[in-house]
Amino acid sequence: MSTENELIASGDYIKHHLQNLTYGQNPDTGVWGLAHTAQEAKDMGFMAFHLDTLGVSFVLGALFLLFFYSIGKKMTADTPSGAQNFIESIVEFIDENVRGSFNGKNPMVAPLALTAFIWIILMNTMDLVPVDWLPYLAQQIGVFFGADPHHVFFKVVPTTDPNATFGMSIGIFILIIYYSIKEKGAGGFAGELLFHPFGKMMLPFNLFLEGVNLIAKPVSLALRLFGNMYAGEMIFILIALLPFWIQWSLSLPWAIFHILIVLLQAFIFMTLVIVYMDMAHQKDEH
Amino acid sequence: MNINLTMIGQLIMFTMFTWFCMKFIWPPIVAAMDERKKRIESGLIAAERGLSEHREAQQKAQEMLNQSKDQAAEIIANAGRQASIMVEDAKDAASQEADRIKAHAQVEIEQEANRARNDLKDQVSGLVMQGVNSVLAKEVDAKAHQDMLSKLSQTL
Repeated sequence: MSTENELIASGDYIKHHLQNLTYGQNPDTGVWGLAHTAQEAKDMGFMAFHLDTLGVSFVLGALFLLFFYSIGKKMTADTPSGAQNFIESIVEFIDENVRGSFNGKNPMVAPLALTAFIWIILMNTMDLVPVDWLPYLAQQIGVFFGADPHHVFFKVVPTTDPNATFGMSIGIFILIIYYSIKEKGAGGFAGELLFHPFGKMMLPFNLFLEGVNLIAKPVSLALRLFGNMYAGEMIFILIALLPFWIQWSLSLPWAIFHILIVLLQAFIFMTLVIVYMDMAHQKDEH
Repeated sequence: MNINLTMIGQLIMFTMFTWFCMKFIWPPIVAAMDERKKRIESGLIAAERGLSEHREAQQKAQEMLNQSKDQAAEIIANAGRQASIMVEDAKDAASQEADRIKAHAQVEIEQEANRARNDLKDQVSGLVMQGVNSVLAKEVDAKAHQDMLSKLSQTL
């Protein structure tokens, strides 16, 4: 906790940390601009962007792609270099998972799984950067441009923003529906929703059951990732409220434990993406 | 924690990243890995083939060795047989030659003996004639007696 913020109570500190840097349309004036308070951001409703979430996730995604692209361009079938080895082990790991769980034929699934896996790992890893560093940096930049330091919000971990996780899971949801219809035909997909698991007589019940089943996929995918990362971030913020000389005794073990969660959540997300894609591609399940 | 356009932005970003990954990142990496896999596979196959070829060559060499050993043994046996035949022949030839020489010598000896006997007869008759001559001196016609005596010696 930075010393000049002594006047802000702990609650405000936490709230401040959990507020996104929001750029949106002011509902009253209709003007697009940065929200200065949490209330203002909330009032903007749907017509707003979280600049921090988008910015951080874009930078991380671009880093991932650039790194993999630059190594991928220099790929050689001879003795691989260290970086190439590293990338190959990741690709092999993803490939193995896809081979193990995905029985269809679709060249998109493995790259999709790779992108989701690495991107989520990178986004989650932002959680391990001490909670005040990047917000403080953002604050200084904001002050440099003449903003009130208390009104510069910056939430570092994109996956603690449900927008990010839902954005990804909706993408997966669209793919599930697209490939279900493409592989099974519109009739086949509808039949799966209507006549399964109890046959024609229980049609409304079937539709309800399968509908919930279908909707639950993206929702659980997004909420699981969001919930885990949000809780982890919350605990880091709470630890940051302690006197600075004792913080390490809690933040270090939690950070070490969190490394596990970072990787585990990314792995779960990737595995579920592969499994959902497999289910969408399965033709004769019944 | 407001749900807003960020979600759509994130969806677009996710789509773009995945597309980029599928288009430019995944294929070259997997291609290189497949290529290496193929190389290793063919290398292993070549090694296997080399090994079996080596084994075959060894077997062939062993066979050839055995064959040549047999041949050598045969040649030696043939040579031995031939040598004994030659020795046998030489022995035969030698004994024949010896017989021949012996026979020849016999004949010669006989001829020599005959001649010696004749000579001796001549000398004895000559000696007798001399003695008779010296005994009878002029009373005897040397020429008539000579004829008589040579007729006599021929009947001997």
